[in-house]
Formats: sequence, C-alpha cells, structure tokens
Amino acid sequence: MALKGAIVVDREKCKGCGVCLVNCPTNTIALAKEVNSKGYNFAFMASPESCTGCTNCATVCPDTCITVYRVKV
Amino acid sequence: MDVNDIIKPENMVYSKTPVLTSTTMHYCPGCSHGTVHKLIAEVIDEMGIQEKTIGVSPVGCAVFAYNYVDIDWQQAAHGRAPAVATATKRLHPEKYVFTYQGDGDLASIGTAEIMHACNRGENIVVIFINNAIYGMTGGQMAPTTLLGMKTATTPYGRTKELHGSPLRITELLAQLEGTCYVTRQSVHNAASARKTKRAIRKAFENSALGKGTSFVEVVSTCNSGWKLSPVKANEWMVENMFPKYPVGDIKDL
Repeated sequence: MALKGAIVVDREKCKGCGVCLVNCPTNTIALAKEVNSKGYNFAFMASPESCTGCTNCATVCPDTCITVYRVKV
Repeated sequence: MDVNDIIKPENMVYSKTPVLTSTTMHYCPGCSHGTVHKLIAEVIDEMGIQEKTIGVSPVGCAVFAYNYVDIDWQQAAHGRAPAVATATKRLHPEKYVFTYQGDGDLASIGTAEIMHACNRGENIVVIFINNAIYGMTGGQMAPTTLLGMKTATTPYGRTKELHGSPLRITELLAQLEGTCYVTRQSVHNAASARKTKRAIRKAFENSALGKGTSFVEVVSTCNSGWKLSPVKANEWMVENMFPKYPVGDIKDL
C-alpha cells in the first residue's frame, strides 16, 4: 500500500526561508520564481507526484503555512 | 491520482492548530521562534488546556508572543519572567504557567530570577530559547555566545580572557533540587521538532503533577544576527552549537 500526499502552502504567509525544502525527504518542494505581496519567493509543491504526506515540511515550518493531506492508494 | 482528489478535508493530516492565531509572525524568515511557538500551541491544543494556560513573555523578539498563541499572557520586565510566573502560579495553582525566554533574557539579566525560581521548585515550565546572541537589539554578545563567535560587540570574536566562557545555564539549573525535568532540544529538522514537542508536553504534565520546575532549552538559530541564510544557520548550529550545547535530557526525575 502506497501513500500519496499533497501540501497546500499559504503563499501570503510563506517567507521563503527554505527550511521545508531541506526537510522534504522526496524533494517535492521548491521555491517559486514569482514572489508574494511581501516579496518572498514562496514554497510550492514542485513535483506533486513524489509527495508522501509525511508532514516533515509542516512540522518545521516556522510560520505554520503548510497544510498536509494524505491518502492510501 | 490527481492532487485535487487528495486535497480534501477528510484526507487532512496536518493543519495549523486553532491555538495559534492567524496573525503573520513578525519574526525573520526561518526563525526558530515560530517553530517553538507552534509546538507550544500544539501541546496546549492536544492537552486541552487553552483556557487554563498562562504564558509570560520576555523582553526580546518573543515579546510579541501574545499576538500568536491564543492563551492568556503576561509580559515581564527584562529577565523577570520567572518571578512573574511564580506569583501567577501561586495565585492560580490550578493553571498551567510557563515562561518563554531567550538567552539574553534568562542567562544574563534574569539569572537571579531563574536560579531562585528553579531552586524553590516553582511548578512552572520554562522554555529557554538559546541562540547565542541578543537577536532583537542587533546581534550583540550574549552569555551563551560561543568562543570565537563574531557579534556586534565582539567584532574579533569572543575570547575567554576578555569575555569569559559561554554559560551553560541549563547544566547549572539541573543541579538545583527544585528542578524535576531539565532537557536540551532543538527544532532544526522534523525529528528534533517532534522530540521538542514531546519534551514540552512532558514539562506541562510535570507542572500539573506538582513535581517542580521543568526547564526546556531549545538550541535555536538567529539567522539575521548570525548573518546566514535560514538553512545555513541550521547547519552552522549543528556544527558549532551542538558540541558546546549537546541535545538530550540532563535531568528527568
């Protein structure tokens, strides 16, 4: 049984610190080229197919702007 | 499977706890304060003690903690949070009282207060953020600054001869009879953040059991003060802070 996950990043709250990127075991997350209204390159799910919904990114996010979803397939 | 099929309320496994307000934190990107605030809020949520918890915020960046964690707060003069928490806990023994302090606050100007509160064994929880620098005021040397570390007030690096050695106050406090749980944790990766959360929960549970003072140090980063990116600051912390401030339980009665 495999786990499929997905994250939703609150773009406006994200400050683009990149701590979630290095904590993602599957390299799912990247920083966007575009910026939010505060001028930060926000994090986003760059490769959705690899996300397992492990919640590591959300656990380390200092601004708590990541919501995680997970299903068993 | 399409992402839109996964992103449904019934599949949600992690979201912001309602104890954390939706206010955007004023902290710098990647600051450990935000992560620790979240862990405290999650513990309060899981224990169901939102109405029974009183925090005492320090002087320092975390002075505005009352804007972010939706519980009752007090704000103490610089370093005096343990004294304010002592009074609060004695007047409201049924409440969970904790202080949230940085290293400049707790280990320098507030040394007398923390020593005596821990020695008396007040049933409070102390969350100690150690980032080896005075963050809010612009990165000056703190008692916990490492030897050789460059700060605004030690431009050539801290030296033992001129400034003394870094103060390991957590080890000092572990020797006092009033403390029941003294631990040092960090929040630089998911595993350590989860351990820190367990430590904070244990500290709050000790408070309810009346076992004495629980002290949780969190070795943290100040990437702005250290002049590093958030990710580099975490790496620097593991490399340089951990040898001097090793993580783990120091005392657990």
